[in-house]
Amino acid sequence: MSADLFEFLCRMGDNCLILGHRVSEWCGHAPVLEEDIALANTALDLIGQTQLWLGLAGEVEGKGRSADDLAFLRDAWDFRNVLLVELPNGDFGQTLMRQFLFDAWQELMLSALTQSSEPRVAEIAQKAVKEVAYHVERSGDTVIGLGDGSAESHARMQAALDLLYPYVGELFESDAVDQAMVKAGIAPDPESLRAAYDAKLAQVMGEATLTLPDDRFAHKGGRTGRMHTEHLGHILTEMQWLQRAYPGASW
Amino acid sequence: MYAQMVKSTGEGVKSREEMSPEEAVFQDRIDADVKIEPKDWMPEGYRKTLIRQIGQHAHSEIVGQLPEGNWITRAPTLERKAILLAKVQDEAGHGLYLYCAAETLGVTRDDLTEQLLSGKMKYSSIFNYPTLTWADIGAVGWLVDGAAIMNQVPLQRTSFGPYSRAMIRICKEESFHQRQGYDIMMKMAKGTEAQKRMAQDALNRFWYPSLMMFGPSDKDSVHSAQSLAWKIKIDTNDELRQKFVDQTVPQAEYLGLTVPDENLKWNEEKGGYDFSEPDWAEFFDVVKGNGPCNKDRLEARIKAWDEGAWVRDGLLAHAEKRAARKVAAE
Ligand SMILES: [Fe+2]
Ligand SMILES: [Fe+2]
Ligand SMILES: [Fe+2]
Repeated sequence: MSADLFEFLCRMGDNCLILGHRVSEWCGHAPVLEEDIALANTALDLIGQTQLWLGLAGEVEGKGRSADDLAFLRDAWDFRNVLLVELPNGDFGQTLMRQFLFDAWQELMLSALTQSSEPRVAEIAQKAVKEVAYHVERSGDTVIGLGDGSAESHARMQAALDLLYPYVGELFESDAVDQAMVKAGIAPDPESLRAAYDAKLAQVMGEATLTLPDDRFAHKGGRTGRMHTEHLGHILTEMQWLQRAYPGASW
Repeated sequence: MYAQMVKSTGEGVKSREEMSPEEAVFQDRIDADVKIEPKDWMPEGYRKTLIRQIGQHAHSEIVGQLPEGNWITRAPTLERKAILLAKVQDEAGHGLYLYCAAETLGVTRDDLTEQLLSGKMKYSSIFNYPTLTWADIGAVGWLVDGAAIMNQVPLQRTSFGPYSRAMIRICKEESFHQRQGYDIMMKMAKGTEAQKRMAQDALNRFWYPSLMMFGPSDKDSVHSAQSLAWKIKIDTNDELRQKFVDQTVPQAEYLGLTVPDENLKWNEEKGGYDFSEPDWAEFFDVVKGNGPCNKDRLEARIKAWDEGAWVRDGLLAHAEKRAARKVAAE
């Protein structure tokens, strides 16, 4: 049980960590000042959530590893984030599309987790879901604004959706870890969130005048650790540099 | 300080006899510490000087995100990463308050941005220095935010209401930044040999550029004299620099770090430290565009602005469509 729970918590935490890293790359480079502030705020929330999920993962594992140890001292094969969050930022539209596709899932997932039989999971979810409700509202509004904006912004948002949609399916994959979580009442079956997710996407993409691809092909491998993209190694190289170069130092 | 060598009218302070009746009433209000509000009458020179100063200050907050943003993805712990993200987010917020204060004087944020990107307006010279190690993030918080506070605390009493109120909000956050920076330095200075070396190296590189933040001596400057008379400026550059040195030297000693100045000595008589002037030739080079990072900084801002054009246009087009739909529905 605790091995499965550890795995589940790493999936939750790694999603936040890697997406938080990606979003933080925008700092100081956004198209408008308000977006700089909003992106930094999103990244900040995600890093805060990472501390909670990975902190609990370390506790559950019981080997004395802290959230920092998990974040900074694991190699790519031990990361359990979905591929979607490790994809490069691309332009601002691609970043916000990725954010919305993730936020819409995360909100559903966290809402379900507020009912978790594991009180520590429910507690984290209750805190995070408030932040994420705001993220999804913001990223959804931006997708709508840019989708139903100028001809250029529409074309860019459609291209972003086409590029990223094949990475959505992985969020709803279910394996033995998920089944163990369902059985213990800790987390919902990811598949069970898909209908509500599809409804949310249909609504937002409709308002954004964007067309959801018909093809439901899904790239996967991140959340099971079977196969990440090449991008993850570069993220970790940058993120883990100090901890790796100066082992044992305290910062 | 985030505003350096801000030009005023250049004409010198008018005597009472030279002032028009309006100017005399205006000066009376300033002398009585009554705040000037955007709708009040003000001399054209006052308005222009303030736009230059507030604009330069705002640009400094914005460009200032870059050297620190440089380390967000490499911050050594989750907590340090979160603190740094929050700090950089604060700086963007400071930029926003200041642009809003400038807008009350009849200039738009886009105008000011274009003047920054064309090189017509400056930002603080300090942000043209690189952040090379993690200790630099500590040094920036400790020294750069520390120097900014030195300047901004008195500016809370500045004569222009919106600027003064922006400063009050900003100062609260800046003192957090300074403490967090000092905390990083403390960890480094008490850490491993490599960390100590990083901390000393950061102090070596940031000391003089921090002293330059206050600008060259302005005791004989006609621009500063006018700004002082209008309470756009509260202290002279030398006074602020002295205060900064007096505050910072004991902090460096507490860290066990050496201020890179052989002439640094406590002067009992003046009740402050004697210290070496920074290399002003270097300062003028940096201001002219020849600092180590000027090109990178400006390029990054130009790129953000140019590549963001389609986003701004797209969101504007959407807002117009929505407004039109609303009218059509009514
Ligand atoms: Fe600031
Ligand atoms: Fe600052
Ligand atoms: Fe600051």
